[in-house]
Amino acid sequence: MWDYTDKVKEHFLNPRNAGAMENPDAVGEVGSLACGDALKLFLRINDQGVIENATFQTFGCASAIASSSALTEILKGKTVAEAEALTNKDIAEYLGGLPKEKMHCSVMGEEALAAALKNWRGEAAPEAHAEGELVCRCFGVTDVTIRRAIEENGLRTVEEITNYTKAGGGCGDCVPRLEEILAEVLGQAPAQAPAPKPLTNLQRMQKVMQVIDEVVAPSLRKDGGDIELVDVDGTDVSVSLRGACSSCPSSQLTLTDFVQKTLREQVDPAIRVKGV
Amino acid sequence: MAPQPTPLYFDNNATTRVAPEVLEEMLPLLTDLYGNPSSMHRFGGQVGRLLARARERVAAGLGCSPEEIVFTSCGTESDNTALHSAVTANPGKKHLVTTRVEHPAVLNVAQHLEKRGYDVTWLGVDSQGLLDLDELRRALRDDTALVSVMFANNETGTIYPMADIAALCKERGVLLHTDAVQAVGKVPMDLATLGVDYLALSGHKLHAPKGVGALYVRRGAPLRPFMLGGHQERGRRAGTENMASIVALGKAVELATAHIADENTRVRALRDRLERGLLESIPDARRNGHADQRLPNTTNISFKYVEGEAILLLMDELGICASSGSACTSGSLEPSHVLRALGVPFTFAHGSIRFSLSRYNTEAEVDTVLREMPGIIARLRAMSPFREGADAPDGGACACSCATPGGGTH
Repeated sequence: MWDYTDKVKEHFLNPRNAGAMENPDAVGEVGSLACGDALKLFLRINDQGVIENATFQTFGCASAIASSSALTEILKGKTVAEAEALTNKDIAEYLGGLPKEKMHCSVMGEEALAAALKNWRGEAAPEAHAEGELVCRCFGVTDVTIRRAIEENGLRTVEEITNYTKAGGGCGDCVPRLEEILAEVLGQAPAQAPAPKPLTNLQRMQKVMQVIDEVVAPSLRKDGGDIELVDVDGTDVSVSLRGACSSCPSSQLTLTDFVQKTLREQVDPAIRVKGV
Repeated sequence: MAPQPTPLYFDNNATTRVAPEVLEEMLPLLTDLYGNPSSMHRFGGQVGRLLARARERVAAGLGCSPEEIVFTSCGTESDNTALHSAVTANPGKKHLVTTRVEHPAVLNVAQHLEKRGYDVTWLGVDSQGLLDLDELRRALRDDTALVSVMFANNETGTIYPMADIAALCKERGVLLHTDAVQAVGKVPMDLATLGVDYLALSGHKLHAPKGVGALYVRRGAPLRPFMLGGHQERGRRAGTENMASIVALGKAVELATAHIADENTRVRALRDRLERGLLESIPDARRNGHADQRLPNTTNISFKYVEGEAILLLMDELGICASSGSACTSGSLEPSHVLRALGVPFTFAHGSIRFSLSRYNTEAEVDTVLREMPGIIARLRAMSPFREGADAPDGGACACSCATPGGGTH
């Protein structure tokens, strides 16, 4: 069960300002039935540019409904200029926080608000995906949304991007593109730079130990064997097979085919493994 | 957290209450009868006899011999052991056949093997969740190490024709495992004639506690233990036996066998009344899965225009417990792999609710659910921007269809 704050639960069970508005001054609509959540935001804005009333219709989970309710409460009485400065963080904070997997609910609120203000200014409602490059086809997320989420929330990983925007949460085909965008926004070279810096001896040693511990040993243990790392000298790795592996006629095969291959793939292509 | 009042429990495919008769039999093992069944003294020996009796009871319920039962810690361990055994015992065979609708306990093991170089054939299902046996027949190869098909699906309750599947496998000399975690206790079993090589079951799905399961291994089928250590379970599963829970499982299987007629008459009638009532009283609702070829206790219904997690939480306010295949309940972003494999439209899949009953459910509880559900759905629909004839213009935009197991991630 989700660890929702009392405020999220309360806004879900007693949503404020739910329902369509007659003759609204602005409407913003994001999401879809197929994607699992959608929000339609209605605003009444007076001549002084003050939001007098805000209502919503939401299809989605408890936190989507609570985020919509919170958004409308935050908006009432704000000027358009103040509203423009709001981000998803204001919604999440208003609710005392959201589970990280649910942050996209607050981002949906921010997007609906942006769409509504655009509508109020008389700009054409953004066609789906018209703004920016469509990155995630599964959930129809553009790079504009992704970049904004990274910047406003200080995101550091692809997983966080998925939590905040849903991008990458479907087939996963766009994950490499998400990595690129993340690197661009953070001002770094993409993770898979063409020429990786050669590992220092210390780094190589640490990575070898890590891969043996986390990948190689657990796998051998499943077959009743085990492995001990004896020495790392430059790219020469000495190991000792234990348990069922030590007497296994295919132990040489295990060393080259599995241990060496894994270390070459995951640490350094120059690695040579020998048994001692 | 303050204890909640007695729930209206319709989530028996997730877990079940421990039957009072089961608790009564297991308690002495947690107090006076603490001996080790492997010990040489009489104090341990009396526990050893209870272990043997539990094994006999499980075997009697399944129609096999006691030597063919290995006690494990859960259904997942049983599934893992079966798959591990079949592939380890057949190092030259690098092909597996399973379905897209398996429980993660099989699905993720098969995906793991796929990453390790195995070729996995993922059988699809039709819109009612049924397999195409011709497709299965065509999938079998000389290097097929194992076929693994669940006995009944946990989300929709759809039952697979295991005897027919076993005949196909036997014809080609291929080992067959079935994850029967949802079926044991709800469908009569006769393993002496069924023809499967392995069968996994779990205690907590049939009114025993969590933390105990069993694996049936047909005499002659290979077994390669996961747990290495002592000689328990005749060397097939090391580790001192979880005696209280094993005794509980024995009693639970005995009780389930005694109640199987009730399960298939009274419980089925309750389920049918619940399902019919919901479909009649709530518009834009549909059943997922096959109408008849199905567990007697399970119904999976989708409510369009509303989302499953929100439905569950409003039900929870009334003390009604159920499950959903919606994306939002799991924290994933796509609805359940089972509903997607059935081709349930996303517009329906997000609003799916599974009700799973047990022999402890009553007419009055079903009445309460039937009384409350229309209001819950109406309340959420009143808030939804979508309604009949007003689907979102981009209602079909979530086009991702490639996230099924084995697809797209090679």
